[in-house]
Amino acid sequence: MKCIIKLIFIFHYIKMPHIPLPSHLPGITGLLEYRKDTAAPIRELTQILLRGDSTLTAAERELIASVVSHNNECTFCTSAHTAAADLLLGESETCEMVKQDIDSAPVSDKMKALLKIAKLVQKSGKAVTPESIADAKDNGATDLEIHDTVLIAALFCLYNRYVDGLASVTPAEPEFYQYLGERIVNHGYNRLPQGYDHLKIQS
Amino acid sequence: MAHIQLPNEELPGISGLFTFRPETAVPLRLLAETLLRGNSILTSGERELIASYVSHLNDCHFCHTSHGAAAIAHLECDINLIDDIKQGFQTIPISLKLHALLNIAAKVQKGGKQVLVEDIEKAKLEGALDEEIHDTVLIAAAFCMFNRYVDGLGTWAPKENEAYREMGRRMAFEGYVRS
Repeated sequence: MKCIIKLIFIFHYIKMPHIPLPSHLPGITGLLEYRKDTAAPIRELTQILLRGDSTLTAAERELIASVVSHNNECTFCTSAHTAAADLLLGESETCEMVKQDIDSAPVSDKMKALLKIAKLVQKSGKAVTPESIADAKDNGATDLEIHDTVLIAALFCLYNRYVDGLASVTPAEPEFYQYLGERIVNHGYNRLPQGYDHLKIQS
Repeated sequence: MAHIQLPNEELPGISGLFTFRPETAVPLRLLAETLLRGNSILTSGERELIASYVSHLNDCHFCHTSHGAAAIAHLECDINLIDDIKQGFQTIPISLKLHALLNIAAKVQKGGKQVLVEDIEKAKLEGALDEEIHDTVLIAAAFCMFNRYVDGLGTWAPKENEAYREMGRRMAFEGYVRS
């Protein structure tokens, strides 16, 4: 019995975030409330890049976020942005294929080239080759699309490290990500005007 | 030459990118300002050392050298100490707490999951507070973004440390949100 209690204690200990975060806000959501003055520009940047005017669709930009988070092995961000991409696309096959094998995914050749650039950025800025850029341009990508792809990929290298570096909670329930994906699609990345206290009732 | 056509090719590193897309430059500048010069228990000098060290680990010469120069401006050290950041702080006197935080920053650079409970406990044992651990992780994560942005678009960077002296002074004392 004592041993079981100890095991439960260790289990909880391992699952605890490195710093005290609001328990009703898992993953990035609690971190963005922990320090709001740094959260504000991060939210604004994300809103511009993923929801602002762009020749890339919102779904295409969520695919970039998903593939980078997947390669950074950040379960929370991968699940949330996959849910958002799936909702925007109306199906869940494309995002899954993008994460597994870009070439086999049903996306344009331009998107394939941009997603490959994003994967290189995930490794390192210096990993991006002139050839990978030329491939994107040959398939019709504009300078602005290349810029935004690189910056979105770089931004998710921030998010993924922020989320996992502080060991924020990663819910196991798929329903949570479905809900979060809906919130992303419907409200975007700005802070909800009413804050997040209403979520305390749900949890 | 950068991978994309910048309005002013003469501006090095992130400066050229800021002129390419002024809309995203606004929050990027504000994030740097808040993280490196805003409210924190860590001094700006300590935060610039974290930024410069992570940038060195990411092999981003522009960010390593410019933030190293900013740290040196804050700490009133000799410009050559930019190289000391690469050597793992042999000469710059740093506290045991900052040592433990730099270890966390180095883990974040590799990947978020690399940060272990032991790393956090070590920092806390040296007196680091939760807010300092938070800021260290976010600064390290943010520079994993800035470094990829700067190098992923193939911007150019001056080679010599001396070329960054004035830039570092402006970053330290005038800040990151400038017209």
